[in-house]
Amino acid sequence: MFEFCADPSTLDTAPWFACYLTNGVHLLFYQSFLTVLILLAVTAPLALAFGFIGASASRSHILPLAWVGKLYTAMVRGVPDIVFFLFFVIAIDQALEWINHQIRCPEWDEPIRQGANFLVCQAAKIPLSSAPQWVHETYNFLIAVFTFAIVFGAFAANVLFGAMRAVPRAQMETAEAYGMTRRQSFWRILVPQMWIYALPGLSNLWMILIKATPLLFLLGVEDIVYWARELGGSRTSQYSYPHPDWRMWYFLALLAVYLGFTRVSEIALARLTRRLSHGQATAGGEAQRKATV
Amino acid sequence: MSCWDTVQAYALRSLGIGERLLPRGEIGLCEQITLIGSGMIWNVYFGALALFFGFFFAVALAVGKSARARIIRKPAEWFIFVFRSSPLFIQFFLAYFALVRLPDEIVIGASSTDISWLTDPFARAWLGAVIVLFLNTSAYSGEIFYGALQSVPKGDLEAADAYGMSGFKRFRRVVYPTMLRLAWPAYTNEAIFLFHATTLVYFSGFPAFRQQGDALYYASYFADRTFNPFVPYPIVAGYFIVLTLLVILAFGGVNRHLGRHLPAERRARLRYRPNLIR
Repeated sequence: MFEFCADPSTLDTAPWFACYLTNGVHLLFYQSFLTVLILLAVTAPLALAFGFIGASASRSHILPLAWVGKLYTAMVRGVPDIVFFLFFVIAIDQALEWINHQIRCPEWDEPIRQGANFLVCQAAKIPLSSAPQWVHETYNFLIAVFTFAIVFGAFAANVLFGAMRAVPRAQMETAEAYGMTRRQSFWRILVPQMWIYALPGLSNLWMILIKATPLLFLLGVEDIVYWARELGGSRTSQYSYPHPDWRMWYFLALLAVYLGFTRVSEIALARLTRRLSHGQATAGGEAQRKATV
Repeated sequence: MSCWDTVQAYALRSLGIGERLLPRGEIGLCEQITLIGSGMIWNVYFGALALFFGFFFAVALAVGKSARARIIRKPAEWFIFVFRSSPLFIQFFLAYFALVRLPDEIVIGASSTDISWLTDPFARAWLGAVIVLFLNTSAYSGEIFYGALQSVPKGDLEAADAYGMSGFKRFRRVVYPTMLRLAWPAYTNEAIFLFHATTLVYFSGFPAFRQQGDALYYASYFADRTFNPFVPYPIVAGYFIVLTLLVILAFGGVNRHLGRHLPAERRARLRYRPNLIR
């Protein structure tokens, strides 16, 4: 990075650290923070969409649809979420390969599950074993995103289902009195009003989502935890930057990053709550109204 | 090997009692259920111990956080903030690497006496992980108890004053029982999620000594061995649902006891709110 970094062994402490913290692997480490941010940016709306579908499905008048929705919302109760994370990654991968196998190799007559093996034909492998490294990495990341979205969608469905029931009954009755159909009153009355009731739960969920991002490491993505472990391990003098086991300091830095991130989110969400309470028939909205009078 | 033989050989495998080697060759349903069940011993152990010790510390934290003196309030606030707003996963890693490094630091600092016999247990899951879980659950339950402490009815406090109670006596006779009663439904959920969080132990930092891991450790081992996630993970799920029901049963009993003096419609119901991951 800097000119004077050519021979690190001759440097003082301060320039040594300046060089050490900007060498190639560290830049990859900083990039992995971006991976986490992308995960959050993609997962949050996706999970919200899954949650919305799940919550509306469990309100449905069509029984099988309501059962599916209820099952989805009940899924996360009683079982540790990490079980789902580990399960879905393999399950989705195998499901995709199985479907691909049915399409590409219809003449294949051996069973796919042979004892302890899961065998599909070469052409059905996802990604193809000849694909470049970045395809594999992107595929892993996408599966991780999808898994996060399913699990957090179930959490969000719980929150949204509660919020939909919290909208005052009188509002819906008024809508019916105006002659709105079920669909109209759902989209025009229920959905716009439910957000303020959902917000505490959703903010909580956002915090939980932030705190769940280190689980990416378990799903085989090279995230910040992976790099902190890699870079912190002790380096002998064969390396250009020898140092003892520094993993403790790397994880301390990660802890600080997470604390900062959750704190900033907390402040931002508090502001959003104030915004959304405006003009609502809730305690928060009432307090705002009194303050202005 | 019949199923009963498998149970005898592997039921206590996670504690190092019984068969040393993990099952070779064909892995049946029986092996999976037995070994995963054996791993559950660890989950229950971690959860129960952390919960028990965490309860007392959490009460202390809640009282500290609602103290008027800054010198008491600030440390409690910071402790709760740090442990509640960082991932448990990172806490495990940090604690593990700190505990592994601790011996080197002390040996270099003082004379070079070997203190590994003292620090070794801390780097093992049975003690190190319990400490992390204990601190973590203390922070979460401390916040719950703090919230309950804030909502102790004013009338109760005034009544205590009228009876001439003050200081510790007032806390023990009036504030504490009410706080516990108000906090109990939320605390039940905290207990459930603490048990769920124990699954993180062997996936972060603390290595499984001689492959003696918890339920999820064995489940992921089987999933990797058989390439079939559809058997081991539902088994773990089943075990955890049973554990959750047991926790709800036990805590529900306590809840009834705490609210026994109230008229039936004012008693707080336990409501299971599935909304926490760390």
